Amino acid sequence: MKNNIWTIARKEFSRFFKDKGMVFSTILLPGLMIYVLYTFMGSGMSSMFGVDEEFIPKMSVVNMPESIDAMVETFDVTDVTNGQIEEIKAELQDKNAVTNLLVVFPENFDADVMAYDNLTATDAAPNVEVYYNSASTDSSEAYQIFFTILEQYETVLSNKFDVNAGEAVYDMATEEDTTGQIFASMLPMLMMIFMFSGCMAVAPEAIAGEKERGTMATLLVTPLKRRELAIGKVLSLGVIALLSGLSSFLGTYLSLPSLMGAASDQMDASIYGTTDFIMLFLIILSTVLVIIGMICVVSALAKSVKEAGSYITPLMIASMVIGITAMFGSGAKEEIYYYFIPLYNTVQSMLGIFSLDYNVVNIVVTVVSNVVYMGIFTVVLTKMFNSERIVYSK
Amino acid sequence: MEELLKVENLHKTFKLSAKQQKLERTKSKVKKAVDGLSFVAYKGEIFGLLGPNGAGKTTTLRMLATLIKPDSGDALVDGKSIVNEAEQVRSKIGFLTSELKLEDFFTPNFLYDFFSDLYGVAVEERNARKEELFKKFGIDEFAEVKVANLSTGMKQKVSLVVSLVHNPDIIIFDEPTNGLDVITAKVVTDFLLDLKAQGKTVIVSTHIFSLIEKICDRVGIIINGKMIECDSLENMTKEKNLEDKFFDIYVETVGDQNEK
Ligand SMILES: Nc1ncnc2c1ncn2[C@@H]1O[C@H](COP(=O)(O)OP(=O)(O)OP(=O)(O)O)[C@@H](O)[C@H]1O
Ligand SMILES: [Mg+2]
Repeated sequence: MKNNIWTIARKEFSRFFKDKGMVFSTILLPGLMIYVLYTFMGSGMSSMFGVDEEFIPKMSVVNMPESIDAMVETFDVTDVTNGQIEEIKAELQDKNAVTNLLVVFPENFDADVMAYDNLTATDAAPNVEVYYNSASTDSSEAYQIFFTILEQYETVLSNKFDVNAGEAVYDMATEEDTTGQIFASMLPMLMMIFMFSGCMAVAPEAIAGEKERGTMATLLVTPLKRRELAIGKVLSLGVIALLSGLSSFLGTYLSLPSLMGAASDQMDASIYGTTDFIMLFLIILSTVLVIIGMICVVSALAKSVKEAGSYITPLMIASMVIGITAMFGSGAKEEIYYYFIPLYNTVQSMLGIFSLDYNVVNIVVTVVSNVVYMGIFTVVLTKMFNSERIVYSK
Repeated sequence: MEELLKVENLHKTFKLSAKQQKLERTKSKVKKAVDGLSFVAYKGEIFGLLGPNGAGKTTTLRMLATLIKPDSGDALVDGKSIVNEAEQVRSKIGFLTSELKLEDFFTPNFLYDFFSDLYGVAVEERNARKEELFKKFGIDEFAEVKVANLSTGMKQKVSLVVSLVHNPDIIIFDEPTNGLDVITAKVVTDFLLDLKAQGKTVIVSTHIFSLIEKICDRVGIIINGKMIECDSLENMTKEKNLEDKFFDIYVETVGDQNEK
């Protein structure tokens, strides 16, 4: 009887949605917490590492080489002579000085650097002197910036291959790619955790809890079929867990740009289209059903909610580890057989969707196989409800 | 007389865990809880299963309610087999024991409707019956109070009512007055007599002699999972009162077993 499935599901929904505390802690809180936390972390990070965009270092340079000149185009550079060095040094001792930096290059810096081979050279490498005032915020910042530039240049030089490629390093990636990469590598693991915690918040309570409190037996003496009970539970808990998972997802989605702090002008979720979101939704839905099925079965084995929790924790860790695999390797797997493996298929599908590089067939395989897994878990759960050992374990 | 319940040679053995072995002070890995039990209950009577702790009463009733399956044997509930037609059996009986709990979060009103749905009771019929039963047990006053906030007696009344939403012909009741004060206990026993008056068949298990004497038509004495004697209350108490009769039987049975 389909009716009984609905009756059971309706009871689960009333149990959940009429309980304001439960709705708040399971659905609203995760998303809200994640949003607040990530936004806070994000703004904290960007104020720590972020660069004041208005700031233009003011520097006096002796013997400015052409190579470096090209890199500090946006800076306010004044060419000075050897004779002015002492005068500017004195000026720098005032922390409110107009000039932030004094940089002294040796003569013919470019030529010397090119000729220098650190494997065969006997005399010291060409030395750049950078004078600054650490008491001045502007001077320190200018020093940091310029030092980084020099360091990068040095790295480029020591790498012959890169030198041949050109004198400056340009990031060839388009904006779409960068945003996608960041989302793609982090989100599958986060989503895994969110979906799992959503399921964990409701399933052990509704299965092991009902066993523990003796309310399960009350259901079992009615004409209700065990199969109907299993399906009703899995579906209704799945819907609640889905809401919880979506809340977490939304929180992450909205706060990720600020979490990425300095890179935030590159982070833009609008690169994802409606199809991408539909795919994502299907993946999340089917995955939540798999996880709920799994947790229901494990909860049915336990005698109490507490015991269920201790059984589920290793599963959660395992699924997190699967989520972490997305952070390594290059993009989503293409071979179809990966998409038959539960949870791993979720991670791979999400990786593909977030990096805007996926095969619809693989997504479909994931969704269909997840629904099949849920079916298997429901059959197992039915068997367990039929087993008096499970229902009447003393 | 119509046989509404026919129990035939039921057997049930439990495997014991190490912990249970200690608890039961036995070296045996199994416990024969019900050992070839047979009896019949007729339409319109109250049948009492009388036995000491651990005799197998609860196990027997759980098998009748199809919560657990017998190892062998069968029982026919209004012609339906507990082994092969479990769902039909469940729709024919009202089963109530103190181990069946109601969810704390819900109100009696909600639970009544919920269980009515599970038993497939039509809405009009449900509402009429609910009104009648709620009035009879005074549940009206707390129909919208969560079960968590009800007293034990109130909960018992709600459990009772909820087990009867489908107006079953057979009511199975394990230790009906256990843990109830005299007032609530009287409400329950009066109700059982009322059910009998309506032509229902009632099976109760108990180790309280006075309850049996007050309400039962026939009694089955069960010890160590076996039906030792089964007769009408009248015949059983011809020579002695029920209590003395029971002790005679008990000493005879357990003594016999010790000699073996
Ligand atoms: N699930 C179980 N696992 C193992 N042993 C069990 C189980 N259920 C019952 N038993 C054992 O079976 C025997 C019969 O138990 P049962 O509960 O049927 O007795 P009872 O007549 O109802 O006793 P009481 O008057 O104490 O309720 C007892 O020894 C009990 O320990
Ligand atoms: Mg008992």
